This record gives sequence, C-alpha cells and structure tokens, in this order.
Amino acid sequence: MIALLMRDLRLAFRAGGGFGLGLAFFLILAVLVPLGIGPEPQTLARIAPGILWVGALLACLLSLDRIFALDFEDGSLDLLATAPVPLEGAVSIKALAHWLTTGLPLVMISPVLGLLLFLPSEAYLWLVISLAVGTPALSVIGTFGAALTVGLKRGGLLLSLLVLPLYIPTLVFGAEVVSRGAMGLAVDTPLALLAGITAGAVAILPFASAHVLRINLR
Amino acid sequence: MASFWEYANPLKFMRTTDWLLPIVAVAALVVTATGLIWGFFFTPDDFRQGSTVKIVFIHVPAAMMAINAWVMMLVASLVWLIRRHHVSALAAKAAAPVGLVMTLIGLITGAVWGQPMWGTWWAWDPRLTSFLILFLFYLGYIALWSAIDDPDTGADLTAVLCLVGSVFAVLSRYAAIFWNQGLHQGASLSVAPGTRMDWAYKAPLYTCMVGFGLIFLTLVLAGTRTEIRARRMKALVTRERMA
Repeated sequence: MIALLMRDLRLAFRAGGGFGLGLAFFLILAVLVPLGIGPEPQTLARIAPGILWVGALLACLLSLDRIFALDFEDGSLDLLATAPVPLEGAVSIKALAHWLTTGLPLVMISPVLGLLLFLPSEAYLWLVISLAVGTPALSVIGTFGAALTVGLKRGGLLLSLLVLPLYIPTLVFGAEVVSRGAMGLAVDTPLALLAGITAGAVAILPFASAHVLRINLR
Repeated sequence: MASFWEYANPLKFMRTTDWLLPIVAVAALVVTATGLIWGFFFTPDDFRQGSTVKIVFIHVPAAMMAINAWVMMLVASLVWLIRRHHVSALAAKAAAPVGLVMTLIGLITGAVWGQPMWGTWWAWDPRLTSFLILFLFYLGYIALWSAIDDPDTGADLTAVLCLVGSVFAVLSRYAAIFWNQGLHQGASLSVAPGTRMDWAYKAPLYTCMVGFGLIFLTLVLAGTRTEIRARRMKALVTRERMA
C-alpha cells in the first residue's frame, strides 16, 4: 500500500501529473474575485472565508477525475482490484494521495490568499485549521464521485454535478468556522461537526467507492 | 396471502398493474380534483393572508411528495442492492423525474407565495435551501442514470449514489439549519396537540395530500411499465439481430 502511495505521489508530482494546477486555480480565483467585486477591504474581508472555502472546493474538484481515469485506461486498476490488497484500502490510499497533492498544498497556500482578500487576522489560524480538517473529507467524497464516473466517457461534467451537492455540508461547516473565527466567536461547534463529517466520510465512503469501482470494472 | 415479492416478477407486475393502473389513475384524478376545488373555492380566506393562503393546497402536498419520492427511491435502491429485483430498480428510475418535478413545484409555488407574504421570491432560509439542494440531488441522480448505457451497471451505480446521497442530503438539511435561521414557518401539520391549522383547511389539505400521493403512484407505475416495455423491446431487437 505504501508502494501504491509512493507511485501515485510520483505520478502526480512529475510532468503531466497536473500537480500545481489546483493551486494555480485557487490563486486565480482569489485574484478574480476582487477584480469582479471591487477592491474595498471591508467587502472582501466579509466574503473572504466563503470565497476561500469555495475556491478550495473547486480546486479539489478539478483534479478528481485523475484519481482513477488514467489507471482505468491502462488497466492498472484491474490489477489493483485483483491484488491481495483489499480494494477498499487501495481506494483509501488513492484518496490520501489526492489529499497530499491537492488538499495539503491548498491548506499551506491559503494564508497567502487570505492576505490578498484582507481576511481578518484572527481568522488565519481557523482558516488553516478548518481547511486541514475539512479537505480530507473533500478528497474522500471526491474519490467516491470519481469511482462512480470512472467508466464514462466525458464523465467530468457529470462528476461535478454528482460531487458538488455532496460537498455542501463540508462547505457550510468549514466556512462557518472561518467566519466565526473572523468575528472572534467560539468555533467549537462547527469545527466539531466538520471533524465529524471528515471522520465519518473517511471511515465509511471507501467501502462505497470500492463497491462502485467493482461494479464499474466488471 | 400472496407475498409482496411476487411483484418482483415483471410479468406478474405487468399483469397486476394492467388493471390497477387505471383505477389508481382515476382515483388520483378524482381525489386531487376534489381536494383542490374544495380548497380553492370552499374554504374561507385567511384573516391575514387573504386568499393567497390557498396555494398551500399545492405547495404542501408537492413538497411532501418531493421528500417521499426520495425515500421511496432509497427503499427501492436498497431492495435492488439486496435482492436484485429489476422492477425495483426500474421503479426507482421512474420515481426520480416525478420527484424532481414535485420539488420544482414546491419551489415555484413557494416563490409565488413568498412574494406577497414575505416580500421576496427567494430567501436563503434553511427549508428553501434544503429543497434547492434536494433538487440538485435529483438532477445528479437522473444525470447518472442517463449517462450509463448498461442497465444493470446503471442500476447499481445509481442505487449506491442514492444511499450515499441520502446521508448527505440529511446532513445538508441540518447544515442549512445550522447555517441560517429562516423565514419559513415550522411544521403546521403535526400530530402533537395544539396544532395551528383549522379543520376547515386541514380537511381539504389532507385530501390534496392523498391526491398527490395517488398521482405519484400513478406516474411511477406508468413509468415503471414503460421501462419494462423498453427493456423487452431492447431484448427483442437484440434477439432479431442475433438471428
């Protein structure tokens, strides 16, 4: 399983893996929003938590179809399905690799983008924490969506239609943590709920993903 | 007493619905027409809302059926996943567009009602938001069905999507409540004592609810029959080609 993780990471980091595309997208979004809304610091500070969370969500979405598509095309997914490692484990590893190459960089770059959007200084810590807690859920849910659409041609658009509604609870609680943090309120409740969603998704969804992968591979 | 599972046999299902469908359809028409006419013309105006209150007779039953349709799809998906009855998967497929339209009716009548009452077509109220989210879930479900060619794969994948989607739909509902307190009133119909709606409204409203339920049943039965016939046709065409 570690070998699989290292392989996925290497594939993502080297040329053509699309690593960094999500980050670039996140950056572009943070530049476009002020251009569209206007440069007033108060307005931007007000909407910054939501914009950053929506941006992270969309950046995650961009790289989802890569999780299984290439392996499905060259047949390595069939090998994985017949390997002694349970497919559930392989799916979890794939989700982890997706998080390491997409979610984690987003978490690390988010304070810089917060700066661009005049995020209040109290909120930086909560922005990083909420993204760190919430993005694993985005990766795991996204892996489920990718597993659902892996056999389809032109599955990309369908993938976003399927996955985005599933992202709603994560988005609501994640953005709530940051905006409460920005106003100096207590953040325990949304943070606990966000962590709950992540924990639940990580625990349960790999089984669903592996199940639909098997259906798609038969 | 014959087992309910007999209807998993498409032939038996078709034979039974041959005579059942017209009865249900006529009953749906009669009950809904009675309820709506009763509601629209033979109930008093509300002392504050005037006659706009009467949109409740479409709004509430449609909203109720929008949710019930999803629950029915959930049960049918479970039956398909566990017992592999094709009729069940096809019934879930047939229910989705009906549920989608019911959701849309709920949203539109709500907007029409909200305009004079709240002074706005739309508000980001938890109930309204949850319904919009439900609408998105229906769209995704239908889109997945239409994207897959192989019927069994489609049934499997959409069934799993329905299960996972149900969990997330419920989560979204509570997330929306957490996110914003709203304009929409709480439940007006409840078995708890001290309900706030008079029987003059409640009786036609219940009639409309039964009517909408029957409409849903009619459409799902008709849709399932269409799907079964489409399957047969496909099988016949394939057989012709082989010969």
